[in-house]
Amino acid sequence: MDPECSRLLPALCAVLADPRQPVADDTCLEKLLDWFTAVTEAGSSLLLLQENPCLVELLFHVLKSQDLSSRILSFSLRLAGIFAAQEDCFQYLQQGELLPMLFGEVGPLGGAAWTAPAVRSGWIQGLRTLAQHPSALHFLAACGAVDTIFSLQGDPSLFVASAAGQLLVHILDLAMRGPAEGRRSPQACDWPACAQKIVGHIEDSLCSTAIPQVTQALSVLTTAFGHCHGLWTQGLWVRLSPLVARLLEKDPVPASHSLVDLLLSVARSAPSSDRGLWETLAQTLSHLSPTQAGPLALGILKLQDCPQALRTQAFGILLQPLACVLEAAAQAPGPPGLLEGAAADSMMVDTLLSSKSACVGLLCCALAHLGLLQPLPQRPSPWPQAPLLGAAVTTLRLCSGSAAPTSDVGGRLCAILVGCGRVQRAALDFLGALSQGTGPQELVTQVFSVLLEYLVSPESSSMVLKKAFQATLRWLLSSPKTPGCCDLDPHTQLFLRELLPVLQKRLCSPCWEVRDSGLEFLTQMTRHWGGQAGFRQALLASEVPELTKQLLRDPESYVRASAVTATGQLSSWGLCATPASPECPGAQQESLLVELLHILSTDSEGFPRRAVMQVFTEWLRDGHADVAEDAERFVAGVLQAASRDLDWEVRAQGLELALVFLEQLLGQRSSHCPYAVALPETAPPGVLDQALQVLCRVQLFEFAFRALFDCDRPVAQKSCDLLLFLRAKAAPCGSSQEAGDSPNVASVEATLQRWQAGEQGQPLGYLEPGAVVALLRSIDLEGLRDTLAESSDHVEKSPQSLLQDMLAAVGVLGENEADCY
Amino acid sequence: MKLYCLSGHPTLPCNVLKFKSTTIMLDCGLDMNSTLNFLPLPLVQSPRLSNLPGWSLKDGNAFLDKELKECSGHVFVDSVPEFCLPETELIDLSTVDVILISNYHCMMALPYITEHTGFTGTVYATEPSVQIGRLLMEELVNFIERVPKAQSASLWKNKDIQRLLPSPLKDAVEVSTWRRCYTMQEVNSALSKIQLVGYSQKIELFGAVQVTPLSSGYALGSSNWIIQSHYEKVSYVSGSSLLTTHPQPMDQASLKNSDVLILTGLTQIPTANPDSMVGEFCSNLALTVRNGGNVLVPCYPSGVIYDLLECLYQYIDSAGLSSIPFYFISPVANSSLEFSQIFAEWLCHNKQTKVYLPEPPFPHAELIQTNKLKHYPSIHGDFSNDFRQPCVVFTGHPSLRFGDVVHFMELWGKSSLNTVIFTDVGSDVTVGTVLQRHRRDTWLYSKRPSSQLRRKQGLRDCPWHSLPDIHLEPDFSYLEALAPYQPLAMKCIYCPIDTRLNFIQVSKLLKEVQPLHVVCPEQYTQPPPAQSHRIDLMIDCQPPAMSYRRAEVLALPFKRRYEKIEIMPELADSLVPMEIKPGVSLATVSAVLHTKDNKHILQPPPRPAQPTGGKKRKRASDDIPDCKVLKPLLSGSIPVEQFVQTLEKHGFSDIKVEDTAKGHIVLLQEAETLIQIEEDSTHIICDNDEMLRVRLRDLVLKFLQKF
Repeated sequence: MDPECSRLLPALCAVLADPRQPVADDTCLEKLLDWFTAVTEAGSSLLLLQENPCLVELLFHVLKSQDLSSRILSFSLRLAGIFAAQEDCFQYLQQGELLPMLFGEVGPLGGAAWTAPAVRSGWIQGLRTLAQHPSALHFLAACGAVDTIFSLQGDPSLFVASAAGQLLVHILDLAMRGPAEGRRSPQACDWPACAQKIVGHIEDSLCSTAIPQVTQALSVLTTAFGHCHGLWTQGLWVRLSPLVARLLEKDPVPASHSLVDLLLSVARSAPSSDRGLWETLAQTLSHLSPTQAGPLALGILKLQDCPQALRTQAFGILLQPLACVLEAAAQAPGPPGLLEGAAADSMMVDTLLSSKSACVGLLCCALAHLGLLQPLPQRPSPWPQAPLLGAAVTTLRLCSGSAAPTSDVGGRLCAILVGCGRVQRAALDFLGALSQGTGPQELVTQVFSVLLEYLVSPESSSMVLKKAFQATLRWLLSSPKTPGCCDLDPHTQLFLRELLPVLQKRLCSPCWEVRDSGLEFLTQMTRHWGGQAGFRQALLASEVPELTKQLLRDPESYVRASAVTATGQLSSWGLCATPASPECPGAQQESLLVELLHILSTDSEGFPRRAVMQVFTEWLRDGHADVAEDAERFVAGVLQAASRDLDWEVRAQGLELALVFLEQLLGQRSSHCPYAVALPETAPPGVLDQALQVLCRVQLFEFAFRALFDCDRPVAQKSCDLLLFLRAKAAPCGSSQEAGDSPNVASVEATLQRWQAGEQGQPLGYLEPGAVVALLRSIDLEGLRDTLAESSDHVEKSPQSLLQDMLAAVGVLGENEADCY
Repeated sequence: MKLYCLSGHPTLPCNVLKFKSTTIMLDCGLDMNSTLNFLPLPLVQSPRLSNLPGWSLKDGNAFLDKELKECSGHVFVDSVPEFCLPETELIDLSTVDVILISNYHCMMALPYITEHTGFTGTVYATEPSVQIGRLLMEELVNFIERVPKAQSASLWKNKDIQRLLPSPLKDAVEVSTWRRCYTMQEVNSALSKIQLVGYSQKIELFGAVQVTPLSSGYALGSSNWIIQSHYEKVSYVSGSSLLTTHPQPMDQASLKNSDVLILTGLTQIPTANPDSMVGEFCSNLALTVRNGGNVLVPCYPSGVIYDLLECLYQYIDSAGLSSIPFYFISPVANSSLEFSQIFAEWLCHNKQTKVYLPEPPFPHAELIQTNKLKHYPSIHGDFSNDFRQPCVVFTGHPSLRFGDVVHFMELWGKSSLNTVIFTDVGSDVTVGTVLQRHRRDTWLYSKRPSSQLRRKQGLRDCPWHSLPDIHLEPDFSYLEALAPYQPLAMKCIYCPIDTRLNFIQVSKLLKEVQPLHVVCPEQYTQPPPAQSHRIDLMIDCQPPAMSYRRAEVLALPFKRRYEKIEIMPELADSLVPMEIKPGVSLATVSAVLHTKDNKHILQPPPRPAQPTGGKKRKRASDDIPDCKVLKPLLSGSIPVEQFVQTLEKHGFSDIKVEDTAKGHIVLLQEAETLIQIEEDSTHIICDNDEMLRVRLRDLVLKFLQKF
């Protein structure tokens, strides 16, 4: 501990021990604890206490004082735990009988303070930190803490209850680590008394008729199997699994969620040869209700090693709801459905039809689970792609009311699902996920048909529409390419012709979310297909480009931002609005550039301005025709606008654009392509001089230097990187070294110093390339980079600062009190 | 209690309720679907319409070519449009005592009823209903009268000839009863019979029943009605809405505890959410105008248009449409816009509070002030000077058969840049046609054009449309409205905005108010036939709703059990109640029942007439009914054992008692006499021994109490 902190510590302890001095807030105490943890991890706690007796005094004082706040009491318990984590320090504190007084029955445990959840929580956390060595175990046994922890498992405060469970696991682990180390499964009689007690308590709870007790036991076990990896856990499972299995005999199965968590936790850590476990899992799958079994089934299917029969059973459970939907909506007995041979489970049908919430919940879960499973390598194989596609399409049709089931179940399902946004969203997500696989053409046609139906329907809510756009995009992009032809296949082209009028209408929606998702969809589609003749033809024949341009003036800033991105993308592919007049080719494009510049300099919201900067950067990088025409003027204009922007992201993006420009002038920072001929590290002097001239003309340096002292750290960091890159390129170019002494450089340096001090009003004026190189050398860019790399509050975060702040806060409070009189 | 159903149209009801001694007509809606069979009435000479070829029979017989014209494969009657009236034969309409109006759309047949059937009663309606109803009638009369047509076609109505005509003329029902539009004079006369009422006002009808209008939340001044006596309550729910639009919210609580709830006027498009439709309307409007096209919105001069203007008020600036002129053309446009602003007490709470600021409750006032919305009585005059394109025009009539809309259809129909957007379905021509022709498959709304229309619009069929069309078949009726304008290049969009109750809302409402019986049009009791799986699109209640159809008489399933009678105080004073068991006392009453104005009063009987000394002739009114000497009333039961003992005491022997299902038989074997004692009767059966019978009777009477 540094001496300054040592010096401040007694005063702080005095403040903490004084009930009349309220401590600023809990975060200070938390930071203090973090600091003590760091200090004790780095050195001896015993030494710390010996050198700073005020700490032990504080702990004693806390015990004596009657009117201390629960926060300070809780803090002290945790602090004591941190110190006692080291065995020698534990012994030291034991000598003073401090620990029994803090954690034993004579301490807060029996007092009025115990009613505060913060104190109970502090007690548990203190013990949790303390319990690191065998002496601690003896202490826990001696002071009867374990029984208290048992009772705290049912604490009204969920935080306390959960922490109590975790503490039990921690103690069990600590107790078992010694005897069980290296042995597969020690006999129960060999287990230490402490472990015996805890396991006995768990056994009693598992046999209890009270569901909260069972839940507590199951969650303790779940934590144990999830966090403890000693071999003793296997022994524990052997001992407790019959009790767990007995839970399945009850109807309904108690605490089913916790049971599922436990079984999955065990399954993840158990060896794959454990037949008993697989049997229990299979039994559980068949005993739980369809809604409860879903998460277990998903968990089983995610396991790496698992018997095939169990996987099949689990997959069947996930498929059941969709199988019901398919069967209920079938017009006539069709080809085998999702579950070959097996008709839909009557219990599943009953659950689906029991109420709207049950039906919606079950279907949403099934769709979400299958969607999660779809991209995993361990997903069931063969994957029933076609029936799943059919089920997703059918579900969507039931929800839109366009399906016409003939069966009674189908009719009732339809009445429940029609217009249900939740299921629509889940089904569209799932349908999108299924785009990764293939399907029979007839089904794919149905997929596009149902997607179009949703995109067209005025009844689709904005969220549903967004999902429909996303799913459509995924399906469009995954549609197979016609062999031997690089253009879109005829089906896709036909679909596009249907789609674009819909998109047109959506871009005019009074709901801004709809306009926004329409534009996002357009941007993505153009990004992928901008070069496809079929797409270009369809798009140019529609009014979409014109409408997109009109949305640059949308009243909603998010929409304007999306419109900027979309028009930028369209323009990159030469798809922007109506073609320019023959007399003045490029006039249209130029006007777009002007319009975007206008947005950059005048838009009151940040999003559209950021979007413009991104588009411009992309244009510059890709060599957009209009930018390439006069890149110098373009960069100068953009940087000028960006430098004045109040949004730091715009300024940062300005630096990104500047970097792209630099790279174009001086070569890449590092070669991205391993086969490319390595460029010389520095630019040839002729090129460099020319480049520096250009950079001076576009006033890139003024922009970069200003950014270097930007009040927003990311901007300054980016600028620093940019200047370092430039200096590296310019390093061997010593011809202008003497410029460092010129009066120009001196005045610039003076200006820069003022900028650094926060006075950024004065302009830099025109810089000569020579002066720039000199400046780059004279500024300590590396030093600056290191400073910037520290977090912005690194000064404020020091323990010394923390202690000072806490003391100052109390002092200030005191002054205020005086003011009141 | 009987219900006579004079209209089969669920949203244009006309029913007659016979309740106690009153005959009450509930609404008198006018079905305007019949006008779809007629050629449009153009305001400006239309060479296209006037040069249509006459229609001839398959065999070439052209005797109908003056009456019927052919246009794009459809046949239309070239005559003044005619309307299909409610049934007039089912019940003698001169016996109707009162007519209750629920909203301005449901009173359009009023002049036909009040002026031509001998009706002498009173019509009850709220002030906005009357004023706006008057505007609708005025507009209708104006539309038809300003394009005089000499020709009146009647030949085609001949049943033998009608059979030979193509559909839909062939299937039109009751064409012989179709009538021309009424005159303004008839309108004025009909409206003069209306008595204005306010919400929750109690109106006594002949002392027999009380009627009360309640806010129904659908339109300005729209009402549901409670019809109740002392012991019975009938609710009439017609055109109600639970959405927050401009009118006062619906009063649901007062509908509770009804014996019968008559439910009409639900939304015609149960699957179209009005909010989505408004969004659709705005999108299509903006899309058209941005591309330089014009938008035509066929509409009624009042109702949904207020809400549409309010939505546009919020939308046009944000959509960059501020420079686009909005025109509202109707002979009553000005009155309608102004009326809406003055009925503050009939508006929703938000709009009411605006009035106190003071601000106009509807924002269309601001649209007018800023010249964004302009209104004209007709396309002639000022409008032709101000007219600027592209623009948006709101005008009537939604049937596209008369009114200024005809002109715009002719003017803009040829360009695909323009769009006609159908929004108004209130007492609309659209769905009604379909129901009348029993094509209920068109209930479901869908935006997607039919394959037929798609082909017309040059859309190619593609595999994504391989779904059976039945799922997505749009309501054909707007296509029928468009039929005489085919081939049409302009885009047609159908966004029906119907704020009336949907089935989910109805089901909640019924759970809330719990009527004993529900009566509704038959269309509401089954899913639409083409969507038979949509069991969510029907009324689901217990016991199942009773359904009616046009020209049907329903006996409502509930019997009246009680009637209230008052006793005059002096008569009540004279009564001497006798307690027959604890808590129950009886008294005999001798009185005169006096019934007047359906009120029943018991008055003391007149004193016996004093013998008149003079020879003055008695006036007829002095006749007093003979007051017979009243026999006492008996009550009580006969304890058999004691009775037998008494008989024995009086010398009867050889008595035998038999138990029967209903009581006992006391057998006097010697006297060959039977005494049957049952719960509510006692018979003494003895042959020709009157003395014995009287003795036995007196013994029986000893056990009974007398009044």
